[in-house]
Amino acid sequence: MSVKTLTIDGKMVTGVAGTSVFGAAWEAGIQIPRLCHIGGLSELGACRLCLVEIDERPRLQPACMTEVEEGMVVRTDSARLHAHRKLIVELLFAEGNHVCAVCVSNGHCELQDLATSLGIDHVRVSYQHPRRQVDASHPRFALDLNRCVFCRRCMRVCDEVEGAHTWDVAGRGASLRLIADLGQSWGSAESCTSCGKCVQVCPTGALFAKGSSVGEMTKNRAFLQYIVTARAQHQWIRK
Amino acid sequence: MSAQTSAAPASVNRAGKPRLATVWLGGCSGCHMSFLDLDERLLALAERVELGASPLTDFKDFPPADITLVEGAVANEDNLEVLLRVRARSKVLVAFGDCAVTGNVTAMRNLFAVEDVLDCVYRQSATVVAGLPLGGDGVVPRLLPRVRPLHELVRVDHFLQGCPPAADRIFDLVVALLEGRTPELTRRFG
Ligand code: SF4
Ligand code: SF4
Ligand code: SF4
Ligand code: FES
Repeated sequence: MSVKTLTIDGKMVTGVAGTSVFGAAWEAGIQIPRLCHIGGLSELGACRLCLVEIDERPRLQPACMTEVEEGMVVRTDSARLHAHRKLIVELLFAEGNHVCAVCVSNGHCELQDLATSLGIDHVRVSYQHPRRQVDASHPRFALDLNRCVFCRRCMRVCDEVEGAHTWDVAGRGASLRLIADLGQSWGSAESCTSCGKCVQVCPTGALFAKGSSVGEMTKNRAFLQYIVTARAQHQWIRK
Repeated sequence: MSAQTSAAPASVNRAGKPRLATVWLGGCSGCHMSFLDLDERLLALAERVELGASPLTDFKDFPPADITLVEGAVANEDNLEVLLRVRARSKVLVAFGDCAVTGNVTAMRNLFAVEDVLDCVYRQSATVVAGLPLGGDGVVPRLLPRVRPLHELVRVDHFLQGCPPAADRIFDLVVALLEGRTPELTRRFG
């Protein structure tokens, strides 16, 4: 098990070979913004919010998809990165239909928090106002694609932790959408065990428990760490 | 990007006080209600400003203002005309509340064609159908094809989020502008 030594924001950091720059930074107390990454699930590299500058590499690299290397020099905080992150979040707002004032996740939303932490006060690109579907066919949960940012945390948790693989995506670009099983309504997807894991990992108000009203949907992130630790280390402890 | 206009506004009236105006476009008036929630601080504010155009005053035209808070998105031809005039006559223009900043609930109709929206409201869900208010008759303003936030149409100096923004935040903003400070604004986007 070889250990790599690198520099992140001027700080000497070590990481076991194979770990990501994101993970090494996190261990060292350096928090890189992220949206698609969630500890305990595989990496996807879909949102590009974790972009960092690495010396010798001309292009920005997603920290969650980049493995630590000996002698790497990484910067996670620069005017250029900040500008990119800001624009990415603005694009996410413009791409979907985010009407926070009437959203179940208002006040408990990772997308909103990102916007706030990046100092976004308005969106500089035109809102697209796409026609997207709401699926309320499941007896306990609902999916509102207007608020989906396609991080696919739901898809990964359902596949990798629950083992059901109910969620998948269909289409490309602007017509990308989340589908249940072979594209039917969630309520009729036989693979779903109704465990609710997807709802808990969703960073936005796209997946929520029925009966939640504006601002009422809070997500419990700790459960994922609990299950993952329990499986990997056979320790059933709640932190 | 918005110009961070933070210079102390010069007085424009006989009383020597800066003039504060508020405008109501395509919104629910909730931001104005929140403004009224300043309660006794309204008196403190009244000491420092002269009230210009607002839904409470009766100006036939918009007199020049130092600070104008504009509530609501731009939803119809009338809103657009008012906004352009207000921008031309305001030193500092604030997008007041989520509808002004993002389009918010007002812009939810952008998912549909204007004709379909009017048809749904005035024909399908009406008990008495008296025709569609299509505008252009000088009585009802014509709806724009898309509801838009202010900054897509004019320069906006400051963005005050919230649906509605809390009274404290409105007060902080106005006081900061009066004192020539750049207001701290983003507490939550959207
Ligand atoms: S998901 Fe988040 S950003 Fe989107 S509408 Fe809901 S609270 Fe706002
Ligand atoms: S409730 Fe559980 S099984 Fe059903 S889609 Fe969500 S994660 Fe998968
Ligand atoms: S539903 Fe939620 S978890 Fe799934 S892709 Fe959309 S935003 Fe991500
Ligand atoms: S967190 Fe790395 S790309 Fe999304």
